[in-house]
Amino acid sequence: MSEETGKESLLCTNCPLGCRLEVEYGKKELIAVEGNKCKKGLEYAEKEIFHPVRIITTTVSIAGASIPLIPVKTDPGVPKELSFRVVACASKLRVKAPVKAGAVLIEDVLDTGSNLVATRTVEAENS
Amino acid sequence: MKKTYDVVDRTNRITKNACGQPKKTYDAVVIGSGPAGLAAARSLKDSGIKRVIVVEREDNPGGILLQCIHNGFGLHRFREELTGPEYAERYFELARRSGAEILLKACVLDIRPEDDEKSVTILSEDLGLVTLKCKAIILAMGCRERNRGNINIPGSRPAGIMTAGLAQKLVNILGVLPGKEVLILGSGDIGLIMARRLTWEGAHVLGVVEVQPYPGGLARNIVQCLNDFNIPLYLSHTVSNIYGNRRIEAAEISPIGRHLEPKQEDSFTLSCDTLLLSVGLIPENELSLKAGVALDPVTRGPVVDSDLMTSVPGIFACGNVLHVHDLVDYVSEESENTGARAALYIRGELKKVREVAVKSGNLVRYVLPARVKAGARALLSLRPIAPAEGVYLLAKTDGEIIYKRKYRRILPSEMLRIPLKEVPAAAGNLEISFSPEAV
Repeated sequence: MSEETGKESLLCTNCPLGCRLEVEYGKKELIAVEGNKCKKGLEYAEKEIFHPVRIITTTVSIAGASIPLIPVKTDPGVPKELSFRVVACASKLRVKAPVKAGAVLIEDVLDTGSNLVATRTVEAENS
Repeated sequence: MKKTYDVVDRTNRITKNACGQPKKTYDAVVIGSGPAGLAAARSLKDSGIKRVIVVEREDNPGGILLQCIHNGFGLHRFREELTGPEYAERYFELARRSGAEILLKACVLDIRPEDDEKSVTILSEDLGLVTLKCKAIILAMGCRERNRGNINIPGSRPAGIMTAGLAQKLVNILGVLPGKEVLILGSGDIGLIMARRLTWEGAHVLGVVEVQPYPGGLARNIVQCLNDFNIPLYLSHTVSNIYGNRRIEAAEISPIGRHLEPKQEDSFTLSCDTLLLSVGLIPENELSLKAGVALDPVTRGPVVDSDLMTSVPGIFACGNVLHVHDLVDYVSEESENTGARAALYIRGELKKVREVAVKSGNLVRYVLPARVKAGARALLSLRPIAPAEGVYLLAKTDGEIIYKRKYRRILPSEMLRIPLKEVPAAAGNLEISFSPEAV
């Protein structure tokens, strides 16, 4: 692969067809896409090559509850190369029950503009 | 009773009589508080049924969705992408607000259909051994995973071999990493999701082995769970031997021959300390069998009529206990439908009309329900036997096509749903098949 252009095989996830896309791309734009059966494949290739984003779902330790973990997600998605760092952030975090689903646990996680949000309501354990 | 649970409506609790024997009569008892049970209970209440109780053996309502912390649920139902716990919470709220009682930490031991009055025997942490009387029972117990015994992997029997769903519970609910060097057999969605989850949590996933020449899970999960992490997918391969005494130490992987036989002469061995199995799900119907409910040998769920009623009048089924779904959204829809039909039954308004038997034709693994009403609309669920491209789905009554639809691609892992506007009143039978031609 030269510095200017690259080639990659992608699997389009827009629909069950799952077209295998052969993509050739330059620094800022796609040069050629083959294998897509519709134009959504082009949009998919563009996004996957230049700014792939993923919603990261993991867990955070919670104290004072009947369960040890609370599930969380990034809202919205973050650049996919940050996934391991987001999971590491979450595993260092400790929260205390009660926590409501939708509560922001980390604002602007890793300066991505996304929040780390609780996805389950966990009540405080009755003692 | 020292312990009370918020989710149980306290003003409407099961009360014990003078002998300490709890006694209560319900209109409907729903078994299981997963997405199916919650949706059925809510639908029963919304249809005007007064006394509805959901019995759940776990500590929390929501079923298996609680451990499915990944996103991708609810796109059809709520038009947004939710995680499993979020989806469960939405339906729990809907069920709670509808006024259905939910009894937690209570395991159903037996169900008995005795004419009009059915009985459900439960063992509850709060109430001890209780028998509930009811008019209708909704089976919503879900399914369980196939394990090593179901697929007969040769080799020693060490620790470290478990189903993908168990690993999911260990990681997502209990916070325990099941192993460090993990091999996954089966490319169903749970297996793929766990490949990513274990990688994020610091384990090394050696690969996913799939006996079929195509992956079992969604393309999206192949991309986001395997390709994103460069995890190899061995298609047309299987695990043909397991090594290790106390703990699994290695697995032998062989390519698959034309008759699905492992070709051990071309095998290779990978060192691992954990083997996860993601090799299919089986509806959990032990209770149904006890009640004399007839099961379908293909779906392994109850045979149901057009009202989603089983062979035992008054016992209904919905969700994964009926047939394994790939989308929870369809479980909810089916279960709401079941709840509404059960409500009619309870009120004595379920009209019996002539039914037409539904047959599975070419390339169709199963169609559900087994019978549809003549002269009425019908919603069919079906799965193909094998992948195919550019095929027509045909619904024929007595050889005449009443519905036709072209699919660019069909996959066994994707359930199809066919809405029939009207099954002809005079129809003798209904056959669903796939054909390369539109005739």
